[in-house]
Amino acid sequence: MATQEVTYREAIVAALREEMRRDPKTLIMGEDIGESGGPFKTCQGLYEEFGATRVRDTPIAETGFVGAALGLALTGYRPIVEIMFADFLGVCFDQIVNSIAKHRFMSGGLVKTPLVIRALGGAGLRFGAQHSQTAESWMLSAPGLKILCPSNPAQAYLMLKAAIRDDNPVLILEHKALLSMKGPAPIGAAAVEMPTGPKVLRSGRDATIVASLAMVGKALQAAEQLHAEGVEAEVIDIQVLRPLDVTIISDSVRRTNILVAVEEQAATGGWSGGVIADVVAQAFDYLDAPPARVTLPDHPLPYSPHLEDALIPSPEVIAATVRSLL
Amino acid sequence: MTAEIQRSASNSDDAAAALTDEDRVGLYRAMAMIREFEEQVQRSYLAGLVHGTTHLCNGQEAVCVGVAKALHPDDYVSYTYRGHGHCLARGMDLEAAFAELFGRESGVCGGLGGSMHLTDVDRGLIGAFGIVGAGLPVAVGAGLSAQLAGRGQVSVSFFGDGAANIGAFHEAMNLAQVWKLPVIFVCENNLYGEFSHISHTTPYEDLVIRAAGYAMATALVDGNNVLAVYNAAFRAIARARDGGGPTFIECKTYRHRGHSRSDPAKYRDPAEVEAWMKRDPLLLYRAELVAAGLIDNAGADQIIADARAAAKTAADRAAAAPWPTLEQDFMAKTFA
Repeated sequence: MATQEVTYREAIVAALREEMRRDPKTLIMGEDIGESGGPFKTCQGLYEEFGATRVRDTPIAETGFVGAALGLALTGYRPIVEIMFADFLGVCFDQIVNSIAKHRFMSGGLVKTPLVIRALGGAGLRFGAQHSQTAESWMLSAPGLKILCPSNPAQAYLMLKAAIRDDNPVLILEHKALLSMKGPAPIGAAAVEMPTGPKVLRSGRDATIVASLAMVGKALQAAEQLHAEGVEAEVIDIQVLRPLDVTIISDSVRRTNILVAVEEQAATGGWSGGVIADVVAQAFDYLDAPPARVTLPDHPLPYSPHLEDALIPSPEVIAATVRSLL
Repeated sequence: MTAEIQRSASNSDDAAAALTDEDRVGLYRAMAMIREFEEQVQRSYLAGLVHGTTHLCNGQEAVCVGVAKALHPDDYVSYTYRGHGHCLARGMDLEAAFAELFGRESGVCGGLGGSMHLTDVDRGLIGAFGIVGAGLPVAVGAGLSAQLAGRGQVSVSFFGDGAANIGAFHEAMNLAQVWKLPVIFVCENNLYGEFSHISHTTPYEDLVIRAAGYAMATALVDGNNVLAVYNAAFRAIARARDGGGPTFIECKTYRHRGHSRSDPAKYRDPAEVEAWMKRDPLLLYRAELVAAGLIDNAGADQIIADARAAAKTAADRAAAAPWPTLEQDFMAKTFA
């Protein structure tokens, strides 16, 4: 194992390649992931190494191939599926929330359903309202699904490897605006573990900012801006949306007494509402101000770059929100 | 378009001809067991032992039994909320099945699944899908699994005529054909999608037409003739095991009761019901066995009586079983 500078995209490819080498029961299915290497090149080189049997181009039929993943998982395989745009999770919603997430439970815990759904979501690339959603909220209410949100190359790599080895359905919401992000990742890591909760990425005593996916980077930039003013913000990456454990966030709030949650989704139904409710229940007496949410507005995302940029939570808005609570 | 329905078992490659006398009587016994199981479910429901709703398959037993007879123990079977018969045809334990319907700890899924979700992977019963059409893509995945494993297994998907109008059906049919998977799609065309006659929802009654759109091999059979179903299944399964790809088998059949417990099925023409009751698969097959001298009417009656007694004994035991407790580790049953 050696820590390497890789892009988020390269981290995904490396994790897939290593895990497919490691376990012959793995295979990946998706639209144009074979010879084309994936519309976002997240499967580049896999077809050449593993062939059409294990790197399967599918018809444009998410219900069909996501459902097929469950059939494979129930019969001894460990399928991975790529959903080209997380927005398309809406197409196979039933298979995920009614079949995949519940099958083990309804069997009395007698079956295992090891499968990974990778979905590329997120805004910032001028794709308009149907191709820019992170889809975090959609699946949040489905018990039986694990949901991971990698915010940097190391996480993209480690989370995907752990998810492929996990015996449960895992939805990984990757962010397409992060695909070219560079960072260190422990490529070749033999031992990986499923993350079990949020992770502190930057320590600070004055405020806690919790964020997911591309908002983590914005939160880190906001913390840098605040640092220049002498305000030390702690930045926590939510990492795991399900099962959600806010203990680390509550511990942080007990020290900082201020909480700001940032997500790239409409406020209604977003995870930050639940996170704040849980933190308030655990650490109410430690809060010096009402917790704040920085989110997208409750309308679909517009296409125009001018509008999209203005609506996606920025480091400036996050920093200003923190300041307003101090 | 009208297609030729295969009404008799005899044809050029009549697999049923190779069945022993014991096999033949066994098919009747298996159908009788499903019928009497469902009759007992009805009685138990009225006694307050079955909760929520339940979907009986009385009248469709020949499909479950005819297909199951052509399968191997390591084949995969998926089905729907109307799935008791498919499970029993694969040998699910009667008492564990009743206990599941009764919501008891000894149920085949520990009381966590219920009537619509009987599952028993050790018998290849990979799942009952409560959402119309949802099981077909999963069956395709099991078919891909079988193809990859290369041991000649097949995956059978049972579903109703109503499923032919939902997207999952079409995506699954297309995938199975384009990947030449060993999947047998068994459509139990009982003419009604819940309360609606097929003529109100679908432009034709012969759903094999749908399969033509996927260039898939088809068979259209009398689903109330167990040997005709067996022959069609046998051929399709043999073909799939040999790498010949999927087959769509349409079984014309009829449910004797309503869609679910709350449905008295008053939307059906009494003459239609009467005509189909005369074509009860158990009556048809009994007459065939009696004519062939394999059983007499007293023997057939005894098979029914034995099945009824077995169902009652199993139901009584299940009714005496304890409720599941809240002290169990539900999260361990959610995540492995």
